[in-house]
Amino acid sequence: MNLVLDIFTVSAVSAGALFLLAGTVGLLRFPDPLTRLHALTKVDNLGLGLVVLGLLPQADGPFGALKLVSIWLLVQLSGAIVAQLIAGAVRQRGPHG
Amino acid sequence: MTILSVFDIGLVVLLLGIGASTIAAREAFAAVIGFVVYGLLLSIAWVRLSAVDVALTEAAIGGGMTGMLMLGAVARLRVAKGSDTRASLPARVAAGVLSAIVAAGLAIAILSPPEAIPTLAPMVMENLAQSGLGNPVAGVLFVYRALDTLLEKVVLILALLGVWSLAPDNVWGGIPGLRVYARPDSTLTFLAQLLPPVGIVVAIYMCWVGAKEPGGAFQGGTVLAAMWLLVMIAGLTSVPSISQTWLRVLVVVGPVIFLAIGLAGMVLANAFLAYPSGYAKPLIVAVEVALTLSIGVALGLLAAGPPERVQQQ
Amino acid sequence: MTAATLFGLCGAALVGFGLYGLVTNPEPLRKILAFNLLGSGVFLVFGVVSRRAAASGLGGDPVPQAMVITAIVVAFAATAMAIALVLRLLQETGRSTLSADNPGGTDTDRGNS
Repeated sequence: MNLVLDIFTVSAVSAGALFLLAGTVGLLRFPDPLTRLHALTKVDNLGLGLVVLGLLPQADGPFGALKLVSIWLLVQLSGAIVAQLIAGAVRQRGPHG
Repeated sequence: MTILSVFDIGLVVLLLGIGASTIAAREAFAAVIGFVVYGLLLSIAWVRLSAVDVALTEAAIGGGMTGMLMLGAVARLRVAKGSDTRASLPARVAAGVLSAIVAAGLAIAILSPPEAIPTLAPMVMENLAQSGLGNPVAGVLFVYRALDTLLEKVVLILALLGVWSLAPDNVWGGIPGLRVYARPDSTLTFLAQLLPPVGIVVAIYMCWVGAKEPGGAFQGGTVLAAMWLLVMIAGLTSVPSISQTWLRVLVVVGPVIFLAIGLAGMVLANAFLAYPSGYAKPLIVAVEVALTLSIGVALGLLAAGPPERVQQQ
Repeated sequence: MTAATLFGLCGAALVGFGLYGLVTNPEPLRKILAFNLLGSGVFLVFGVVSRRAAASGLGGDPVPQAMVITAIVVAFAATAMAIALVLRLLQETGRSTLSADNPGGTDTDRGNS
């Protein structure tokens, strides 16, 4: 059972890391702010989500798991809202303002 | 070579790269963004050094609060006439050589550790049980080196007084010049309505858990300050003028309670800042709660800056 | 080489970077930033002291850790004060630098009033 959980953790965290890497490459390579935001919000949330999902079986009891999930939710919330705000600023001032 | 040492090496390379980029960056904005990222990476380095309390403080203060202050300053300095005059090449070479010598001296000191490494850790652990605390760092902060902690809070208040006293005479006692982005129905307003309840719970949790595990008054206070600033920036509550009595009371209440308990210790426990035996834990928790409030308000006001306009009647 | 030594060397290098930035950069805000970098390098060196003295079942000596926490707070207080000074300088002179080499600068008239 433990082995199965460990394999699950390793594969989920690796998949998450891959998404984080892809998101970072997107952030560095995409041409303008809006596409860069797209790379960040979509891929980072999925990446972090997979990392958290993978860590859940290793968590320190139900409270530890709850903390992990709430970290993910808080990052989702702040990530989505910051992306909105940056996009709003870009729309107002133009991509180079 | 284990995975962890590869991770450490990668972390150090990143830290050095981003640290150098904050110095070398042409734009102040890029330098500040680099500094925030650097602060967060540095807190991971602290976790790797088994100093989780320091990691929390570094993430909250080094990355978060300092970053916010500097971003605000960069935004205001955009209107300034900057100077393109970089230091001349010989001066830069000389500075580089000097810096390299200092860094090399430190590196030599680190590479040649003393035979017997001095440590107070066993003494800390021996006496920690008497204080009722489980977190040795909190034990050092509130029991063995309580004077340092008290004076650190006084330094915060002094810095706040310094910042306030930079206001021109005609707006003394007025409203800090925090930039407010008040637009009804904006996403920022939504965040400022949604996040503070969660943030306040997190702050109370951090303050409470600080006695046993990593966390404490400072980390909790920083989260409180962030929530307050968020609500003010979104325009949901007005920025208070610094002459308000409640504001001034909140700023000093933590250090005053700390000092009062410390003075009471002179009578009840025969030493300044000593706790009567058996009452250490509840007294420390009381001090931590008051300090969390004071730190939250003081940090928020430090970030808001000196007063810039007077109260409109 | 242990992880602690590695981070210690990193701290030493950061002190070097910070010092270089502090000396060569003309803008006060960048100097403040460099000073913070320098400070964090010194803190890291302290972290190594703490990690080396690990004993009594702890990951590190709590005394240097508590000192670093205090130091981070004091560094923040100093940074806040310094930034307020820079912004006041901007308010007074319209400049963000402390260049002493142009006494005939355009803003000296306001500075004297």
